[in-house]
Amino acid sequence: MNIVVLVKQVPDMEKVKFDREAGRIDRSSAGTEINPFDLNALEAALQISENTNGKVTVLTMGPAQAEEALREAIARGADEGILLTDVKFGGSDVKATSTILSSAIKKAGQFDLVIAGIQSVDGDTGQVGAEVAGYLGIPHISNVEAIKNYTEEYIEVVSSVWESQYLKRGKYPLLITVTKDVNVPRLPSFKNKMKARKVEITKWSYEDLKEVLDPSKIGIKGSPTKVKKIEVPQQSMREGKLYKENDEKAVEDILNALKSCKVLKEA
Amino acid sequence: MTEKIYNGILIFAEQKNNAIHRVSYELLGKGKELSDKIDCSLNAVILGPEEINVQELICRGADKVYHIADSTAFNKPDELIYAENIVSLIKSIKPEICLFGATTFGRSLAPRVAASLETGLTADCTDLKTDSDMKLIQIRPAFSENILAHIKSDIYPQMATVRYKEFEEAKRDADRTGELIKIEPVKTNNDLIEILEEISNDGINIQDAKVVVAAGVSVKSAEDLSMINELAYLLGGEVGASRALVETGIISKDHQVGYSGNRVKPAVYIACGISGAPQHLAGMKEAGVIIAINNDPSAPIFDIADYSIVGDMYKIIPEIISAIRNNELTI
Ligand SMILES: Cc1cc2nc3c(=O)[nH]c(=O)nc-3n(C[C@H](O)[C@H](O)[C@H](O)COP(=O)(O)OP(=O)(O)OC[C@H]3O[C@@H](n4cnc5c(N)ncnc54)[C@H](O)[C@@H]3O)c2cc1C
Ligand SMILES: Cc1cc2nc3c(=O)[nH]c(=O)nc-3n(C[C@H](O)[C@H](O)[C@H](O)COP(=O)(O)OP(=O)(O)OC[C@H]3O[C@@H](n4cnc5c(N)ncnc54)[C@H](O)[C@@H]3O)c2cc1C
Repeated sequence: MNIVVLVKQVPDMEKVKFDREAGRIDRSSAGTEINPFDLNALEAALQISENTNGKVTVLTMGPAQAEEALREAIARGADEGILLTDVKFGGSDVKATSTILSSAIKKAGQFDLVIAGIQSVDGDTGQVGAEVAGYLGIPHISNVEAIKNYTEEYIEVVSSVWESQYLKRGKYPLLITVTKDVNVPRLPSFKNKMKARKVEITKWSYEDLKEVLDPSKIGIKGSPTKVKKIEVPQQSMREGKLYKENDEKAVEDILNALKSCKVLKEA
Repeated sequence: MTEKIYNGILIFAEQKNNAIHRVSYELLGKGKELSDKIDCSLNAVILGPEEINVQELICRGADKVYHIADSTAFNKPDELIYAENIVSLIKSIKPEICLFGATTFGRSLAPRVAASLETGLTADCTDLKTDSDMKLIQIRPAFSENILAHIKSDIYPQMATVRYKEFEEAKRDADRTGELIKIEPVKTNNDLIEILEEISNDGINIQDAKVVVAAGVSVKSAEDLSMINELAYLLGGEVGASRALVETGIISKDHQVGYSGNRVKPAVYIACGISGAPQHLAGMKEAGVIIAINNDPSAPIFDIADYSIVGDMYKIIPEIISAIRNNELTI
């Protein structure tokens, strides 16, 4: 079985600085990592591949250094990596990103299953998975919290939707988006780390994809949504009352608060 | 002025078991404000069986309701069937703005619709305004809720998903009239995805709860959880949990509050033994009153609490419970 995993390189969110005055995001002092949800996507792919004698290809679009994310994914067990990098791809919104990713998936050859994370921790739209499925013309199942069963023809998953959970069976080719609940990602192994260091990463630019990619649909030009302004809102702090070794007063004030919010009333 | 090709606002009204999701009324509420400014019509599309009370959408402000009717096709959350029908409608009526609730289903459906229409989509908006050119300014949190981005789209329809509980519901006017347009579906089955069953959950609806009593990983066992359950019960609320507690398996994922769980906006949120990681705060910081109990005075949860109680929750929660009982307070 051929499985493609979409991974995005994101800044380490703990270290990103947000400049409130200038309305700017400063990633310069933050390292990068694989989007946390994409580690779950990778783990899901590795487990399925191990049981079906399959192959896992990790695919990313990003700047040249996104190659590191692919090598890390290979150190965690992926077989191959494809990096899509070109200045022409810069500034892509979800539509353009999904157009580029889906054209690369088509070019990479026959595939059965594409797995994406539910959302990225930076752009955070959670739209790329379903749009890639749309541009590939294949069905998708989103918010996958558990993988129940799979064969060479289909997969059965639990999708969290409609304030409930549904067991869905999808025939390949199919795309699924996974949450953090689907599994616990493995760590890189020593053997795979060695492999990751040496393996050749496939790099495609616009030129390599031009048979399947319309230049008017990529990059800033091909992006209908434009970020016009960024606001860094004041962290909402509350001027709270503090109680320390004063339980009695705390309990009294809490009961009064519950009464004034009409949560509780005198019987 | 030249005739506009794209005209009017279309909102997607979500339903399950023939009950209309309340976010639909919020979309109509905000939609009305926008349609007044732009001077255009406000319309809704709903997919489902004949029995649905679609008149309600008119009472809530829709000028036209497009009812794509089928007795079975829309009774399961199948994005492909929904998307194809909505795309077909949008192509024929050409709205300038198209809004979906950012529910789990809306967030999965809207990108499929946008991809089919080859238009843009703004995710998970918390505010919508009009610019001087009468185009939409879509405001949304990003970077794990650290920033607010203002986004404009330059392809029609301008599409966005909108977060639940950000806007007021449209007021109901029982006498309001509008046009009801029934439409035959263009697709009613999907051979590629089979929806085998709805897996019963605990039936909790933490998003709509008035009170949430939430516990962190400091709860060590199911027995420990019983005081949390009891307090939630006494306050007529639901039990919430941090991700760390969900990961222990003591409580199910439906209870998780935060960035990768439920966003809640109750009148009162009581955080018991929760440190207040940014990912947890993302799901509850807009609660009316926040009460935090933690034995670490430097816990970040205290920065956003109205009542910060430093101490052992195993002592304080039972004290609150007995005070409620002793004072004979009820919900
Ligand atoms: C502040 C801000 C707000 C934005 N708002 C919008 C908006 O509302 N609408 C819009 O269209 N664009 C928006 N963008 C642009 C958007 O973030 C980028 O287009 C980005 O390329 C993809 O979106 P995402 O990070 O939201 O991915 P998500 O849709 O959140 O990611 C879901 C999954 O898709 C896969 N994936 C995502 N990106 C890649 C990639 N580059 N390579 C491989 N796999 C990937 C991963 O598996 C990931 O887990 C915004 C950008 C910023 C900076
Ligand atoms: C991508 C991503 C998504 C995430 N999504 C979520 C999410 O949706 N929701 C979420 O909650 N987290 C989420 N997290 C995890 C989050 O970062 C924290 O790890 C988690 O919220 C911590 O849970 P906690 O407060 O229960 O545990 P801890 O941080 O370990 O805190 C336990 C607290 O209990 C206090 N305590 C211990 N004993 C007592 C006692 N007897 N009395 C009083 N206080 C006591 C301690 O002082 C401490 O403050 C996410 C993380 C990532 C990376």
